[in-house]
Amino acid sequence: MLHEIIIPLLGGVTIGLSALLLMLFKGRIAGISGMFKGLIWEQGYERYWRMMFILGIIVSSLFIKLIFPSQLIAREGFSLVILAVSGLLVGIGTYLSNGCTSGHGVCGTARLSVRSIAATVTFITFGALAVFIVNQVASL
Amino acid sequence: MKLLVSFITGLIFGLGLIISGMTNPEKVIGFLDWFGEWDPTLLYVMVGAVITVGIGYPLILKNEQPILDSKFQIPSNSLINRRLLVGSAIFGLGWGSSGYCPGPALANLSYNSIDAAVFILFMIGGFQIAKLFSTE
Repeated sequence: MLHEIIIPLLGGVTIGLSALLLMLFKGRIAGISGMFKGLIWEQGYERYWRMMFILGIIVSSLFIKLIFPSQLIAREGFSLVILAVSGLLVGIGTYLSNGCTSGHGVCGTARLSVRSIAATVTFITFGALAVFIVNQVASL
Repeated sequence: MKLLVSFITGLIFGLGLIISGMTNPEKVIGFLDWFGEWDPTLLYVMVGAVITVGIGYPLILKNEQPILDSKFQIPSNSLINRRLLVGSAIFGLGWGSSGYCPGPALANLSYNSIDAAVFILFMIGGFQIAKLFSTE
């Protein structure tokens, strides 16, 4: 019971530490959708540092896959059509709102930015709506 | 050096996602399933991350500048407008329908490659579409 709370808390602290290091060394918010946008539209160094951060995330999971493969279990049989629609909506939505779970949800909320808190409440509410809709459609 | 720091912070971010269980999209869906069997895991992750950043940012921002850069770049925009709310609603619908957001999708590339790649390619397509129809 306790580890169901402690481990996610520690995971959250680890994510927070990463955001702190990025601010301490580079003065930047750790927002992943923003990094993706920068990867596409920035040039030179502004593109490369984002690329390295993104690469870091991918390498971390490759590393865990090698040493603790049981920690990473792929979901099987999920609809590729839903994944595609989901990806499209996440791309459009985060482009318009300038942030996702990391930028608004963690960094912005921690700064007590009302804009980020409004974004976070909105995307969690609509996320719950999407789960409700998918469940209703699946049970038809 | 700067690029190495970016890489290491990305590495730590990814480890945080994996430790917290957020690389499993079913955990995310469980958190958003308010009318089914609710899974609070994501709430604990958010609490851990927000408290850490909430304590750390003010301490870091007391410095004149970042260690490897000339200035802190904190968003100054505090506008709650239609663009923010509509965008967040669209993002939420996408997030809830698959359980993926950008960070966890990246981590899934190494072991759940097809799903993650489909999501990421369409997400990049979504950026391009939004840019086309967006005035800013």
